[in-house]
Amino acid sequence: MEERRITVTVNGQDQTVDIEPRLLLAHLLREGLALTGTHIGCDTTNCGACTVLVDGRPVKSCTMLAVQADGHEVTTVEGLGTSSELNPIQEGFKEEHGLQCGFCTSGMMLSAAALLKENPNPSEEDVRWALSGNLCRCTGYQNIVKSVLWAAEKMRASV
Amino acid sequence: MAPLDEIKIGGLGSSRKRVEDDRFIVGRGNYTDDIKLPGMLHMEILRSPVAHARIKSIDTSKAQAIPGVRLVLTGEMMAQRNLAWMPTLSYDTQAVLATDKVRFQGQEVACVVADDPYIAKDGCEAIVVEYETLPAIVSPVQALAEGAPLIRDDKEGQNDNVIFRWEVGDKERTDRAFASADKVSTLELHYPRSHPSPIECCGSIADYNSATSKLTVYMTTQAPHIIRAAVALVAELPEHMIRIVAPDIGGGFGNKVPVYPGYVASILCSILLGKPVKWIEDKTGNLISTGFARDMYLRSEMALSNAGKILGVRIHADSDHGAFFSDAQPSKFKIGLLHSAFGCYDFPAGHITAQGTYTNKAPGGVAYRCSFRVTEAMFFQERMVQAAAADLGMDQAEFRRKNLVRDDQFPYRTPFGFLLDSGQYEKCLDIGLEAIGYKEFKAQQAEALARGRRLGIGISTMTEPLGAGNSREYDILGIKMFDSAELRVHPTGKAILRTGAKSQGQGHETTWAQIVSHELGIPAADILVEEGDTDTAPFGMGTYASRSTPVAGAAVAMVSRKIRAKARKLAAHLLEVSEEDIEWELGRFYVRGAQDRGVSIQECAMAAYANMPDGMEPGLENNAYYDPPNLTWPFACYIAKVEVDPETGVWDVLKMVAVDDCGVRINPMIVEGQIMGGLTEAYAMSNMQFQTYDADGNCVGANYMDYLLPTSWETPGFELHEVVTPCPHHPIGAKGVGECAAVGGPAAFVNAVMNALEDTGVRNIDMPLLPDRVWEAIKYQRDVSGAPPVRTD
Amino acid sequence: MYPSRFHYEAPRSLDDALDLKAAHGDDAKVLAGGQSLVPLLKLRFASPELLVDINNIPALDYHVVDADGTLRVGALCRHADLERSTLLGKHPTMAAAAPMIADPIVRNRGTLVGSWCHADPQGDWASVMLALGAVLVVDGPGGRRQIPASQVVTGPFQNSLRPDEIAIEARIPGASGTAAGSYLKLERRVGDFATVGVAVAVDSSGGTVSRAGIALTGVGPANIEATAAAQALVGKRLDAGTIEQAAALAAEAAQPKTDHRGSAEYKRHIVHTFVTRGLGGNGAVHAAA
Repeated sequence: MEERRITVTVNGQDQTVDIEPRLLLAHLLREGLALTGTHIGCDTTNCGACTVLVDGRPVKSCTMLAVQADGHEVTTVEGLGTSSELNPIQEGFKEEHGLQCGFCTSGMMLSAAALLKENPNPSEEDVRWALSGNLCRCTGYQNIVKSVLWAAEKMRASV
Repeated sequence: MAPLDEIKIGGLGSSRKRVEDDRFIVGRGNYTDDIKLPGMLHMEILRSPVAHARIKSIDTSKAQAIPGVRLVLTGEMMAQRNLAWMPTLSYDTQAVLATDKVRFQGQEVACVVADDPYIAKDGCEAIVVEYETLPAIVSPVQALAEGAPLIRDDKEGQNDNVIFRWEVGDKERTDRAFASADKVSTLELHYPRSHPSPIECCGSIADYNSATSKLTVYMTTQAPHIIRAAVALVAELPEHMIRIVAPDIGGGFGNKVPVYPGYVASILCSILLGKPVKWIEDKTGNLISTGFARDMYLRSEMALSNAGKILGVRIHADSDHGAFFSDAQPSKFKIGLLHSAFGCYDFPAGHITAQGTYTNKAPGGVAYRCSFRVTEAMFFQERMVQAAAADLGMDQAEFRRKNLVRDDQFPYRTPFGFLLDSGQYEKCLDIGLEAIGYKEFKAQQAEALARGRRLGIGISTMTEPLGAGNSREYDILGIKMFDSAELRVHPTGKAILRTGAKSQGQGHETTWAQIVSHELGIPAADILVEEGDTDTAPFGMGTYASRSTPVAGAAVAMVSRKIRAKARKLAAHLLEVSEEDIEWELGRFYVRGAQDRGVSIQECAMAAYANMPDGMEPGLENNAYYDPPNLTWPFACYIAKVEVDPETGVWDVLKMVAVDDCGVRINPMIVEGQIMGGLTEAYAMSNMQFQTYDADGNCVGANYMDYLLPTSWETPGFELHEVVTPCPHHPIGAKGVGECAAVGGPAAFVNAVMNALEDTGVRNIDMPLLPDRVWEAIKYQRDVSGAPPVRTD
Repeated sequence: MYPSRFHYEAPRSLDDALDLKAAHGDDAKVLAGGQSLVPLLKLRFASPELLVDINNIPALDYHVVDADGTLRVGALCRHADLERSTLLGKHPTMAAAAPMIADPIVRNRGTLVGSWCHADPQGDWASVMLALGAVLVVDGPGGRRQIPASQVVTGPFQNSLRPDEIAIEARIPGASGTAAGSYLKLERRVGDFATVGVAVAVDSSGGTVSRAGIALTGVGPANIEATAAAQALVGKRLDAGTIEQAAALAAEAAQPKTDHRGSAEYKRHIVHTFVTRGLGGNGAVHAAA
């Protein structure tokens, strides 16, 4: 079995692991690094539950080989904020009831994080557009949009 | 002493933020796939690529030779242990792993257990199965045709593809109503097959400990106790040695109620290997093999008077159940609660006949955000009502107003025997019409037509039966549909509550505590709610069919009252007065006539452990099993305004208004979240989300490239309104709500598009209203059917 | 969800990548954005022996506009780069198409060149390339060569690259005169494949069309260049009669099939509608007319 040694910076920490080339990034994160906040929802690159940031951009981690992350920076939900130090996006999702079952939430929040970095004052339409690669089955999106707008406002206020 | 502010302590009516969010927003939820046990192996399933075929041979030798493969399980091996077939929740049998034939595309044929799932998949790929293909049946019409191949040749005495024939109502009385009618309206349609499709697929980790003979299964189930009973029956293990744990669930919507072959296979693999075995389904597996919903053909006649009154209703339903009758529904009602149709209207007579058939499609027939076929019932009801209004030349709102059950008619007995408990139907309709701008609509419609766009308004008004059961009528596999709660108040006044329900996003950890808080005055933050572990939770039937608040929620109130009754005795002891002299206010007992002389519920709790009166049993805990006297009957009015582009058939939602009366709202924020979620599913079903089959029985909609779920971009915004008519028989006046919008919503969208097309004479386009169907209806001024097989060149 | 085993190389130079392709030919698949290839691997619809990951090759992620107006898009330029680009002012069809590709997350990884070479009959970029008369630049042992758009895609999931070649750039000519164009896509939701897509590109001077391209997605075994339809516009003003003629010719060029996305008749009708709208209902086109 062919294995590769790679070093990935995950949530600010360098991780060196030996992996098979066929291992998907989502599986490396979940199994290899025990970061189970990244979820896997579909096989066809549609649902976005596995979304993480690679060098700051949202990427579906089920559609990138782990070996391709060698030398890159990955941010997962665990790196977004912790219970004692929540990111405003995490706060927003709780404040505006932006989640129900919680399965899509990590991916949604990471897509939102990338949006707000690029556009700190998005319209509702901007948010709906930016999140259209992430599926949610519970909320109907309206509260997710409100959550992101809540976070945007808080982030702008704190600048 | 100032009384406690119930909203501040998170009681009834508080939009308390959700407790469960704290772990989800930091990625610390605990879903089945997140669980990793020492020595755990991984199972993958090999599925049939064809819909109907005889299995000639299975060669597993290459798979077994792959390093890391630990076990290859086939139907034959299951049969040796008498496990190749299992009972369904509807008294049929279902193959765990196929032995004789495969009967639908995606059926489970073999399993491979390996060190990791990649190797298990390699193993599946290396298995060689030889099939002898048989003709596939993909609709009831085909199933009932003369000379149709027999799908269930495994069943003795089964000589055709009919599963059941069933009827309800008063035929003679209905015939008389039709004989006296001024006008008879008719409608035929197909409610397409849909899949609940939670983002998280199904999965299990079976952990059989051969030293203790105890089996623990972590799994994605909405109904852990039903699963425990089923496993005890299938695997012939003693029930007390089976522990089912449902951890966090990534959405259920009815999909995670049944027992699936994957669960059973993972259990057997764990028993055979003596190691924990994890099975996590992929999306295609989930979509093509687990519980679908709907797939029903309905035709109806409505007897009408010229004055616009409904005199009688006839319905015939043909339902397509796939290869095994594995509906999850009360055993007495073969076609679920279809006879709740037209419930909100006052009419004297109705008769329903139904027939279920086997086809070469996935089995299931689950209640997808639905109480057992009420989605089909309400959709059909509201489509029929719109057609009838059009036939009479009456305004659709006025026709409803004329026929809705009036406020002074409750309790109201429907012709099919249901007892409606309460409601303010006309008020809801009025609020909805005002909010959508019904009066201004005609002018807008004309203006739009001038620029080549068609506008339409669609209304859907309905009441539906939520909260099965009562135990007289409702059971699953003979087990009555009550539910339960157990409350332990600790010495310091904090508490743990467990119920027989199982949240999958509904927020039980938040709202159950609010009910306790309402009953006892203990702050909601001081109450831990736990569900889903059969070793600790009281026996209950689980969460689906919007039954949690009506049944388990009622049990929570009732157990709290039992606790309060004991606390009252403790208070009397502490205050040194007799129990009759004690008064209750939220969180506190006091001496009648001396309000400042009192003890808090927390002081009573401490006394239960530290200072109980002589002869009193120590402790402050209890349980309650709640058998509801009736279902709850929420009412809803959904109104959609759409714009149709006749040139492309594409339609957009301009506005969507929802008026929900679900009785007392425990947590308004969560209730609104449920309604918006339901509206989105309604929009999805009306617009894009469905499964169909081609003539060979291949599933179209086998992954998210073809099974379309709306994103944030297409999904419209929603405007929500509320009316509160408390349920007269529920302890806190609440009614079910989780499914209402998904049940009543689709008709609003479809009626809106049909309203936009009214002048074309088109009576029906089957869901989903895909652009090509709408375009075809307009161009040719004809109805468009969506019945399978899918059309191809 | 779990790909078969494969060998993996991530060369740091184009020469190294070409050496690998020369050695392995069709057994080696080039991995760029991976947004089509990785799903195929996961579903095990594709099981190549070797993946040649070109993401570590420097200086392929560009898109630039040359002095003569030519837009050059490197093999690692992501859809999202084009979506956010400030350089597409004179390439309206490109600007219209970029946000219509897949979904926002997929656009962060997927590439125009990769998507074009993937040759999915429902792929959007191949139509845009046809309408714009683009060329694909490929490199191989025989040196660089340019393949005209009309010859890149040879069938469903088939392209005309030789087994030892790697596509490195899409080259889109600049407009002569005023450029106008659009990409209209009938999709049922974001991320859906096109039921029908229509790319329209029109160059004009003084209100007269000097060059036109029309291409169709989802209505044939490969993207279709509606040559006769485009030709009907050249030398004319974009009046209602001319537009109708082009729309009718484009609909005639379509070869749709009835399936769960719609009937053949419907798809043909949508081609007609979208050509009409693309030529008349678009601000940029009005400016040109």
